[in-house]
Amino acid sequence: MCGIIGVIDRTKARMDGSSIKKALSLMNERGSGEGAGYVAYGIYPDYPDCYAIHVFFDNLVEPKSKVDEVLHKWGRIVHQEEIPTYEQPCLKREHIPWRYFYRPYTEFIVGSNNPAEDIIKHLVMTVNSTIPGALIFSSGINLGVFKAAGWPEEVADFYRIEDYKGYIWLAHNRYPTNTPGWWGGAHPFNLLDWAVVHNGEITSYGTNRSYVESNGYKCTMSTDTEVVAYLFDLLGRRHGLPSEMIVEALAPQFWDEIDLLPEKEQKLKRTLRLTYGPALMNGPFAIVVATSKGIVGFTDRIKLRPLVVGENGSRLYISSEEAAIRVMDPEVKSIYMPRAGEPVVGRFSQ
Amino acid sequence: MSLGSVPLKYKISIDRDQCMKCMRCVDNCSYGVYRIEDDKILIDSRRCTACHRCISMCPRDAISLQEKPVDYRSHPLWTAQAREDIINQARTGKIILAGMGNAMDYPIIFDRLVLDACQVTNPSIDPLREPMELRTYLGKKPAKLEFTKSDKGDIELKTELSPNLKLDTPLMIGHMSYGAISLNAQLSLAKAVAKTGTFMGTGEGGMHESLYPYQSNMIVQVASGRFGVDINYLERGAAIEIKIGQGAKPGIGGHLPGEKVCSDVSCTRMIPLGSDAISPAPHHDIYSIEDLAQLVRSLKEATEWKKPIFVKIAAVHNVAAIAAGIARSSADAVVIDGFRGGTGAAPKVFRDNVGIPIEAAIAAVDKKLNDQGIRNEVSVIASGGIRNSADLAKSIALGADAVYIGTASLIALGCRVCGNCYRGLCPWGIATQQPDLVNRIDTDVGSQHVANLIHAWTLELSELMGAAGINSIESLRGNRERLRGYMLDEGMLKVLNVDPVGA
Repeated sequence: MCGIIGVIDRTKARMDGSSIKKALSLMNERGSGEGAGYVAYGIYPDYPDCYAIHVFFDNLVEPKSKVDEVLHKWGRIVHQEEIPTYEQPCLKREHIPWRYFYRPYTEFIVGSNNPAEDIIKHLVMTVNSTIPGALIFSSGINLGVFKAAGWPEEVADFYRIEDYKGYIWLAHNRYPTNTPGWWGGAHPFNLLDWAVVHNGEITSYGTNRSYVESNGYKCTMSTDTEVVAYLFDLLGRRHGLPSEMIVEALAPQFWDEIDLLPEKEQKLKRTLRLTYGPALMNGPFAIVVATSKGIVGFTDRIKLRPLVVGENGSRLYISSEEAAIRVMDPEVKSIYMPRAGEPVVGRFSQ
Repeated sequence: MSLGSVPLKYKISIDRDQCMKCMRCVDNCSYGVYRIEDDKILIDSRRCTACHRCISMCPRDAISLQEKPVDYRSHPLWTAQAREDIINQARTGKIILAGMGNAMDYPIIFDRLVLDACQVTNPSIDPLREPMELRTYLGKKPAKLEFTKSDKGDIELKTELSPNLKLDTPLMIGHMSYGAISLNAQLSLAKAVAKTGTFMGTGEGGMHESLYPYQSNMIVQVASGRFGVDINYLERGAAIEIKIGQGAKPGIGGHLPGEKVCSDVSCTRMIPLGSDAISPAPHHDIYSIEDLAQLVRSLKEATEWKKPIFVKIAAVHNVAAIAAGIARSSADAVVIDGFRGGTGAAPKVFRDNVGIPIEAAIAAVDKKLNDQGIRNEVSVIASGGIRNSADLAKSIALGADAVYIGTASLIALGCRVCGNCYRGLCPWGIATQQPDLVNRIDTDVGSQHVANLIHAWTLELSELMGAAGINSIESLRGNRERLRGYMLDEGMLKVLNVDPVGA
């Protein structure tokens, strides 16, 4: 189950959240009212070089003072505020969503190619695994995740999603099957620049989790999708693989297909598969991942979950359902379904 | 005063109405249970080992065998076995020797682990209709990939893979040496692995030239005795395995009695005819991980860095730390042999009391390698008491890349686990060098049985994976989510890193 939708405007024209809310609500049959969420890139132009850290606090006393303490240790809080929310009749408010705009002290880390990102990753892992009552669920620059346990329209109205304008939007309507429906478990999942929405179940979760944890990540959100964000961060940011190569590592071609490739390509794919075997994802899934550079959507290798792509001018849509794309953009020009494992990539034109 | 004899273990009887006196039992029993006197088949049950050769060869099903109920005074502590061991040692003053694996009644952890299956939200995969990938590569893997940009701006792969063994199924046959088992047994196993796209170990007895045609499916072993080791031998192996220890007898070497060293065995092992082949407990050039690393690199250098090097250790208390050291010694794979592992001969006290179960050992090794961030860089092979495809699947879910089977492959050749391998009289032609007994194995038939077994387990493993919604073996490896512990205590669940059933 679960419904996903993503859109990118390749000219970086910003879209407000009203249409994606409609599109997501159309897929309510794919959800159960236990989780929905949105992420938008380009929403904080006033803080273009600050990390926007979104936190769920159980209360603003103990957990917040502990988080403040850790943040002060590693950098400077440029601005902070409670994320504006608007009470909804059926949405039970369980946490207080808060945001910090933050600059890490990069001189604290030596021997790192990207010290700022390493500090933020460290903060996310530390806060989420050691401070009860606090959960960092969004930590990238000029982007923000908004999620809660509720139906898509309730969550959208709770955060008043239409007030934000971004050039990439992803949204997710959740139907939790084997883990609890709670605010932290709602999608999108984010770490730094990576945000993920996912429909399906990852049967390789145990293996993937060991792999990311052995590389310094900590899974704390009791949900299989969390590892996808970390896998993208590990392979994309730390190992420097291009996004097509990450998709190939996570949903590789079958050995029989690899065996038929020309020698050079075969060698590349064999080496990739052997090196990143523990990152290979199994089970039914359709995933859309966003970064500040673009979006990529892909499914599992035997396509046990649907994925539809639509295009209209500078806009590229990826969703579980064609109808959702059409609700968002009735003028959509081309609609197609990618093959299993085939990445659909949308990048900015410049 | 004499201690007298101990009661017999098995009672053989013949249904005289059924028996047609064909004498097959007399011919087949190498332990001398049957003899013919005055046209009557006489039975000496005291000599019986319960090898079942006579029963399986009797055309009239006239023979029956019973394990004799104990006739000592029953006692929970002073069992018949405990008393008989004392009587035997009082008589001889020697170490008691035993064949096959650990015979103690330890709980089997495999049987307290259950596998997962999908229902509704996550479809199970039908291996008959969908691809199922069991292909396994054993050897070193890079931690990450590096790329360079060509002049044209194309991205080129810079990382070179180390040599890896390619297996069609994550199931190999472990090391059983020529000497411990017969040439026909080895040939049957070799033909079977060649047929099924996997590998077998030569054991520490060198490689007989009749196995050369199958050398690309053989892993040659370098043990402390260095029997049969020369450059020709090393180059013939698809991989080389350094044996430090063995699950059935951790901490000690090996002993092949001189009586089993016939001319062929002497040639293959490069030792004098009829001499005892004794491997020392340690390698006398290895007293630390650094020394091990030297041998690993020497073997790589000798074979031009073209072959993966495995290191086999017995599962012992600090197995995880040792395995991590091995992983950092340039070795490509670490083999962990649990205390249920078989053997031709071991001191009984070792076989039954030293070492730890393979299930706990794999989990501990997997955890340590993960904690150190090097799990995928080295392969882990589990062995020692793998009885069926479920044990295989559970081993992989606990963190192994592949498993070795030993006893199971011998059972496919006829072995009835009678545990008398060390006597060299194996009536099935497996653990013997007597030509008349060795000839009882037809290598074509034997290899077909072993190949059938590998094939059947491979099919079952595919089905188990499909049920769990997994279509690639990489995703089962170390995947604790697909396992649950049933009636295991909290401490063991923690070691295995497995949740209890219902969680």
